[in-house]
Amino acid sequence: MRVRLRSAATSAVLFGGLLVVLGLLAGAAPRIPALAALALLLVWALAWQANRAFSLTDARIARVACPVLFGLTLLLLWQMAVRLFDVPSVILPAPTEITVAIAANLPTLWADFVQTILKGALGGWLIGCTAGVGTALLVARSGFLRRGLLPVGNFVAALPIIGTAPILVMWFGFGWESKAAVVVVMVFFPVLVNTVAGLSDSEAMQRDLMRTYGATPGQTLRYLALPSALPFLFNGLKIATTLALIGAIVAEFFGSPTLGMGFRISTEVGRLNLPMVWATIVVAALTGSLSYGLVARLERRLTFWHPSQQARG
Amino acid sequence: MTDAPLSAPGAGIGRSGRVAHLSRHARATVGPVLLVVAALVALWYLACIPMNAQNAVLLAEREDIAVTPATAAERRDMGGLALTFANPAVATARAFAQERPRLPAPHQVLTELWNTTVGVAPTSKRSLLHHARITLVPTLIGFALGSLAGIALAIGIVHSRVMDLSVMPWAIASQTIPILAIAPMIIVVMNSIGVQGVLPKATISAYLSFFPVTVGMVKGLRAPAPSDLDLMRTWNAGPARTLLSLRLPASIPYLFASLKIAVAAALVGAIVGELPTGAVAGLGARLLAGSYYGQTVQIWSALFAAAVVAAALVAAIAALERLTLRRMGLAR
Repeated sequence: MRVRLRSAATSAVLFGGLLVVLGLLAGAAPRIPALAALALLLVWALAWQANRAFSLTDARIARVACPVLFGLTLLLLWQMAVRLFDVPSVILPAPTEITVAIAANLPTLWADFVQTILKGALGGWLIGCTAGVGTALLVARSGFLRRGLLPVGNFVAALPIIGTAPILVMWFGFGWESKAAVVVVMVFFPVLVNTVAGLSDSEAMQRDLMRTYGATPGQTLRYLALPSALPFLFNGLKIATTLALIGAIVAEFFGSPTLGMGFRISTEVGRLNLPMVWATIVVAALTGSLSYGLVARLERRLTFWHPSQQARG
Repeated sequence: MTDAPLSAPGAGIGRSGRVAHLSRHARATVGPVLLVVAALVALWYLACIPMNAQNAVLLAEREDIAVTPATAAERRDMGGLALTFANPAVATARAFAQERPRLPAPHQVLTELWNTTVGVAPTSKRSLLHHARITLVPTLIGFALGSLAGIALAIGIVHSRVMDLSVMPWAIASQTIPILAIAPMIIVVMNSIGVQGVLPKATISAYLSFFPVTVGMVKGLRAPAPSDLDLMRTWNAGPARTLLSLRLPASIPYLFASLKIAVAAALVGAIVGELPTGAVAGLGARLLAGSYYGQTVQIWSALFAAAVVAAALVAAIAALERLTLRRMGLAR
């Protein structure tokens, strides 16, 4: 194992050195397409070899190193391809240009973030999830309503709800309120359906046990139904975080004040200022991953007893 | 439930067990579903009254009917509900047939749907069928390409440890980011290098359906139990044989589950892809044009058309799923 690790480390160092050389070359070399393609292939092959070496090492190192190395390789290939083939930045800006755009426009990006994420997406997410869970608690008490609402909810959850955006923009105006409304509509049904499914997940045996204990409906909910619904609820919440971002951004394509991430993307695309578009997309992607990670972390804290969490070790 | 259990002696007399099962299942869900839908429609009609009250009162004033806050200036800051309670008769009578209501009544939307599908020739620019087709073609092309690519990548991931370790985390992470946000960029960039029409929209659809299928298929191809995989090994089956005879069949339920998600995502992608080109044609263009010109009935009918298309696509895949699983003996 140690030998393998050392070989992996060696190849990583080699790889890094080669990158520097190639990077210098890329700046100076005459732009010959065949040479450029060869350089790209060479980097790809080397990086893949390094990754292969890493993948044979200790599982814990490989689990971190492989995806990171792969991501870095893609970034590098992207940068090299743009530079070597002289791709104009109105088609595909280089990663360095995107980084520069992020650094130069931090205040704008932050204002957009506040408008779209903190006001629109987060506000709508909170309202929509609360409403979804609340409705589910009411619905789950009646078998009749459950049988009626579940198919309808499942149906609605599969529809292109984003199409309600123009209607809601018309009702609530161009501000963040209409975006929050779109998010509420998008988030409500997945959360409702998942929570209702979760609340009815407890087994008849467990419910009977609660009855023999003389538990009130409130106690049954508190100690049996809610905990057993949590894995389902978190599944719904995770779907909802992604949907909330999509809803808040896409709703701005239908009308917004002069700030917001959707507004930024659509106007800067119109001005062919692609680095700024990519900068906004980077912010959106980071936000998506982080918020998903937060919900997943909360899930691990609250549903540590569930098999799906224990399997991960 | 007065019906005898399916397994009871004589339960199937008079009708086959399957029919009994179906009818009992139907009674258990159709009634509640119909009631819920009816309740929603009733709520919708009720909501129309306060939503359209402002406009209704204005219309009544033009017909020289006395309304309670007599001037428009007084009415402007009143809520819809307050206005309804101030003029109940006027608001109710004029809530359901306005030209540009804030909330069109269900029958107005249905009439518009009927007029723009059956009422005009399918090739006409006013026909929703025409617009639905324009949206559907890139959806299906993108869905097919994205799903095939997703399956291919999943096969690669399952067979190569390097790919699993390096690609899989990114595939999972990509599901947490709002990919739809890049749709306008793809359209405009492809437009600037001269690619127009179906292809840019199909690219977005393919991109959106790619990741769910990849993640679902990786799960599916890993679904066979270790004992089954060991059995294949004792038969000296190579990776290709194991893939064809064990992994692929075992992954079919997972495949269909992710295809349903993917096709819905592909449709949303195609609709959003129609927005930045400035509302030329397609369901997304109808939505945008409707919101430009305040044609609420048109927006709602386009929304319903999109819903019908989405439901039809998901239902088609569900039917295919049932058929396949029954053929394979996997149906429950």
